[in-house]
Amino acid sequence: MNWRSPRLTAQIRKELLSVLRDPKARFVLIGPPVFQLLIFSFAATLDLTNVDIAVYNRDAGRWGYELVARLGAASFVHRLRQARSSDEIRGMIDRREVIAAIVIAESFSGEIGALRPAKVQVIFDGRRANGAQILLGYLNTIMGGLNAELSGQPGAIRESLAVRHWFNPNLIYRWFIVPSLGGILVMFVTLLVTSLSIARERELGTFDQLLVSPCTPTEIIVAKIVPALLIGTTLGLFMATAGIFGFRIPFTGSFPLLLASLLLFIVSIVGIGLMISSVCSTQQQAILGTFTVGVPAVLMSGFATPVENMPRVLQWLAQAIPLKHYLIILQGSFLKALPPSEIFAHAWPMAVIAVVTLSAATFFVRGKLQ
Amino acid sequence: MSATVPHPETARVAAVEIAGLTKRFGHTEALRSLTTNIYPGRLTGLVGPDGAGKTTLMRLMAGLLTPSSGTVRVLGFDTVRNAERISELAGYMPQRFGLYEDLSVMENLDLYAQLRGLESDALKEHFDRLLTFTRLGPFTARLAGRLSGGMKQKLGLACALISSPRLLLLDEPGVGVDPVSRQDLWRMVHAQTAEGVAVVWATAYLDEAERCDTVILLNEGQAEFAGPPGELTATLTQRSLSLSHPKQDRRVVLSRALNLASICDGVIQGSSVRVVLRQGAGRDEIDGLANEVGAEIVPVAPRFEDGFIDLLGGGPGGTSALAESMAPVTLRSDLAVECRELTRRFGDFVAADHVSFQVEKGEIFGLLGPNGAGKSTTFKMLCGLLKPTAGEALVAGLNLRTATSDAKSQLGYMAQKFSLYGLLSVQQNLEFSAGVYGLTGAAKRTRIAEMIEIFHLQGYLKTSPEDLPLGYKQRLALACAVMHQPPVLFLDEPTSGVDPITRREFWTHINGMVRKGVTVLVTTHFMDEAEYCDRVALMYQAKMIALDAPDALKGKAATGGREQPSMEEAFIHLIESVDAAYAAAPPRAVA
Repeated sequence: MNWRSPRLTAQIRKELLSVLRDPKARFVLIGPPVFQLLIFSFAATLDLTNVDIAVYNRDAGRWGYELVARLGAASFVHRLRQARSSDEIRGMIDRREVIAAIVIAESFSGEIGALRPAKVQVIFDGRRANGAQILLGYLNTIMGGLNAELSGQPGAIRESLAVRHWFNPNLIYRWFIVPSLGGILVMFVTLLVTSLSIARERELGTFDQLLVSPCTPTEIIVAKIVPALLIGTTLGLFMATAGIFGFRIPFTGSFPLLLASLLLFIVSIVGIGLMISSVCSTQQQAILGTFTVGVPAVLMSGFATPVENMPRVLQWLAQAIPLKHYLIILQGSFLKALPPSEIFAHAWPMAVIAVVTLSAATFFVRGKLQ
Repeated sequence: MSATVPHPETARVAAVEIAGLTKRFGHTEALRSLTTNIYPGRLTGLVGPDGAGKTTLMRLMAGLLTPSSGTVRVLGFDTVRNAERISELAGYMPQRFGLYEDLSVMENLDLYAQLRGLESDALKEHFDRLLTFTRLGPFTARLAGRLSGGMKQKLGLACALISSPRLLLLDEPGVGVDPVSRQDLWRMVHAQTAEGVAVVWATAYLDEAERCDTVILLNEGQAEFAGPPGELTATLTQRSLSLSHPKQDRRVVLSRALNLASICDGVIQGSSVRVVLRQGAGRDEIDGLANEVGAEIVPVAPRFEDGFIDLLGGGPGGTSALAESMAPVTLRSDLAVECRELTRRFGDFVAADHVSFQVEKGEIFGLLGPNGAGKSTTFKMLCGLLKPTAGEALVAGLNLRTATSDAKSQLGYMAQKFSLYGLLSVQQNLEFSAGVYGLTGAAKRTRIAEMIEIFHLQGYLKTSPEDLPLGYKQRLALACAVMHQPPVLFLDEPTSGVDPITRREFWTHINGMVRKGVTVLVTTHFMDEAEYCDRVALMYQAKMIALDAPDALKGKAATGGREQPSMEEAFIHLIESVDAAYAAAPPRAVA
């Protein structure tokens, strides 16, 4: 194929103009990415703050008061509600006034004084499972602190565990979510741009016009890749810049390697977008198709839940999702200076996906021609 | 409902009274102080070119728009103050009737009955009548989306008739409908007028206007004529002439005739040329031309279309600047298009069944047939958009199945709905077409400039094709199709919905190009366009049932008292004779 062929240039110009001259398309390209960057970065955080907790302290001794005081001083607690009976606790949880209730047994101080294991009951609101789990972690830390102090007492046998999180020592949630968003948004925008392109032409009848012209299937596909590549790369770079300079997330990896991976990632997504496009005859179907493919892809990419936790079959399937590989490269490049060998290990599957999907798309266009 | 309405026999009261009606959209005036009446028991044709204000007037009568000034009264009720009564009294069928494509024929009828607040149990008899009438009885379970164009229109009409309206508004019901289905539509409408219903039929087809009781001719928002069609044609007596069997190429004769100052309109009719004299013009010039080309000149009965063109000041001249700009065409093969036993199946359904024909260089070849007869399928296989199940299609001697880009650069293609890029400007569309056909640099610039000049696109270069008037859209589509000077041109219903004057201009270009050696393959529903063809292939039920010159086809239908059948009559005759031959076996689903 001649890269300077007037046929190809004309088509690429047409594709770019189609996206850039359409006010709606322009909005889709600029609006949601900025919007989602802000929403996800500030609103969607898994850090737990401002929670209300109930305490039913049945212990009249020193250690019970000590524990209540520590809970009251914890930064994540908004309000500590004093409960006076089990029924009161039930009511507060029922009415969602508190996410958890802590019951300190009558014998709490006594057991500690006798150097026996003392127990505290924690009741969680299971309807808020996620928050409850995180809160449990926080509470454990507080109990750990108390333990540590007690272990200084003569006769107490306590082990202590010092936790240190590598790569993100303070576990700042934004450090994880902003780079990942860079991958997810690039995927959605690229999918939309490509899946709409053939569907739009089919809907308006211009695809037939294109097929009767001397343009070859390869030319048609290449012309559809270029605009998506330009738009996706621009968006990807914008997101990376926003992460590094806007959110001050450390970037420790190799930028050229990340850029190369980004290009490979976009090409593999273009292939998927074109395959969606090939089975849709209207733009509406194409948008639906994009979300049908896009949402499960995000869920299985390891963004929300670790891939290792999924059933074996889904783990295999996840290997076919470019986003899964790209997120590893992206997060690694930001936080842990991912070495080139590791980047390559996740880049080649994307290359395989790209070859397969683009060949399928070309095959489809050729099939239309015959 | 009918109790509130005076019966047409007892009172000759207008069903619709329109007084001083003006409708503005922003700065454009769609209708300008229109005053006219529509009477019950009559079929009123609302005729005019695209953009004349037909649809606006229909929507005003249906109470869907409010007048900018003036009034519309339907059966005595003002469309603004008594809007709720209008929806009971009037049945409106828009251009694209709102059929639910995912519901079956019966479910659509039920739904529209329910929307009208009618109990479907009590309607059984009414439904049966509508279904018999539309001949949709055998297809009640079929999804509306899978009906052919003609069947959809008939179902749309049936849905509009459910509430037995006193005023029936039909907006271009004949567009994209084949002659056989159109006949059904006429039958249904005449039955309504016989019952005293006032029917308004908006159309750009002028042969339809001729069949109406009264015609309102709209142009640029004003009524140019209102009255029985005969009144208009009467002004043309002795002015419509036919030059039969000229010794010269009839396309040359037409071109020369149209360039005469005394001629305002002309078309090709088979082997003859039909012309209309300007008002007050003498016959000297045309007699001279007839003499020179050895044609017999006789006056013929004027048609409504003649009057229409005359009223609008005549059609375009006979010289095509497009053709003038072309070099004579060379073709590698004497046969421009050839199909051998072309067959296409979709599952069990045979869409095209062993179709074979040859189109010679410099010929206009027409592909006709009812909706769903397989002409689109055949057409698509010929230009390489569909792969034949069996058989072969060759363009300029090249097999399209193994087609290289070279073979495709030999053909120009103009799609049914003028497939243009709506997101690109007119200029960018032209540049795109030039680019995909490999034009570059100075050649590209010159050619685009030529196209802009020939098709008068200067004023629209920055406009989106979607915002162009239909006539300009068609010009742009033709400009894009012929940008690379293709020796073979495929036209798929190229003039659908376009007004007669723009159609004249279009055919002047086509005739001009054919004289330069271009081969044209065209599908159409306009029977008068079939007359421009050198040969016509008629398809029915996936098979080619006739292939001949238009005059010869008409000759075959000249039986049973019909001395000079029209192309449409010939079309229906041929299809009916096939049906008769199949009478023993039940015919397949064709509307």
